Amino acid sequence: MKHRYLKNVSTLKLESAKCTGCGKCIEVCPHNVFVLCNGKSVIADQDRCIECGACVKNCLFYALEVKPGVGCASAIIKGWLTGTEPSCDCSDGSCC
Amino acid sequence: MEIITRREIKITQTSTELTMHDIFGAWKVRWGINRMNYKVEPGLYSVGNPDSNSPVLVTANYKLSFDSLRKELDSLKAWILVLDTKGINVWCAAGKGTFGTTELLNRIAIVQLDKIVAHKNLILPQLGASGVSAHEVLKYSGFRVNYGPVRAEDIREFIDAGSRATTEMRTVRFSIYDRLVLTPVELVNSLKMSLMIFGVLFVLNLMGLGPFGLVDFYGYEGALIVGCVLTPLLLPWIPGRAFAWKGWLLGFIWAVSVNMLNGWPLVPQYSLLRAIGYLLIFPSVSAFFAMNFTGSSTFTSFSGVLKEMKIALPAIIISIFLGSVLILINSFI
Repeated sequence: MKHRYLKNVSTLKLESAKCTGCGKCIEVCPHNVFVLCNGKSVIADQDRCIECGACVKNCLFYALEVKPGVGCASAIIKGWLTGTEPSCDCSDGSCC
Repeated sequence: MEIITRREIKITQTSTELTMHDIFGAWKVRWGINRMNYKVEPGLYSVGNPDSNSPVLVTANYKLSFDSLRKELDSLKAWILVLDTKGINVWCAAGKGTFGTTELLNRIAIVQLDKIVAHKNLILPQLGASGVSAHEVLKYSGFRVNYGPVRAEDIREFIDAGSRATTEMRTVRFSIYDRLVLTPVELVNSLKMSLMIFGVLFVLNLMGLGPFGLVDFYGYEGALIVGCVLTPLLLPWIPGRAFAWKGWLLGFIWAVSVNMLNGWPLVPQYSLLRAIGYLLIFPSVSAFFAMNFTGSSTFTSFSGVLKEMKIALPAIIISIFLGSVLILINSFI
């Protein structure tokens, strides 16, 4: 069975004009979001994106954009309670 | 005047075989014992007498990560460069940035990697990519970052194929076994959280304010196990997408079961208030703990979890509050 999460939520954006089709995003994406099509990378399935930011960090041409964050409810709750950015800081939480 | 600095090159020899001590340590962290302090010293390690042409594998200093890598290197000659990720695994440390470009550049300099290997290639685990900018590492150190497989078990095949990863190696899996090994920690953490609730209920009992009994206790415990263990295990087969919803659904089945086991609706003494109270509380408890599993899963996004929580969290709080009121009213009638 395939795991599927919520639809139409990811903040991933690809600016096709800047893309050179180097394929780095395809290499680093852990969820096969991208495919190479006519010498350019395209988002094949936006809903698979987990906003980890690996593609943005490794894109030489600044063609990608995402609001990176942790998909972790306890981190978000902790962020709300302490008024800080949610981070994957599991010193007493249950994530990772 | 010429300044010559000669720093000692420190290399630690390590084995590809895990001892009983390592295996017991791994079991303990899975149960949440000493989990935040399970580290190895950052630095350079060697397995199987590597030379200047041997590959350099980069990993985190969480001992579970380090052990799962070195046990796959039997009969290989390799260097292991351990980054200081404060004892956190590669994926989470990359998200935090501790498994990142800066630490990698620093560690390369500290261990003087350029004096140890003749080549300029580093193999990083694929999941480190969200913390590392390969082109910046190349720019500042001259070392080329090559993203390897997601799982250490594929590292031999990756090296044999000339540092080429297949799509299969690059894909994150989340099998039932992957989920199973994560559930003990969830269980231990949620039990810790629950001790406080038990304490309050016990005090209320002592004061004669709340006749909380065995059914309340096992009903809650069951809801907790449904949220922390059952929902994660059955995850892809439960209809729906949001984790809280999946947990709520199984928790609802559990609440109905608890009610029926105790004779509702046939036993007249078993009041409707209590039955509804359970139906409001137990599914919400399961939903909350199931929602917390988003952090352990491999396929949730920040935006998605946020969207889910904005609906689920208020619903859970209101539902538990109303349920508690009903149970309390019921005990005073």
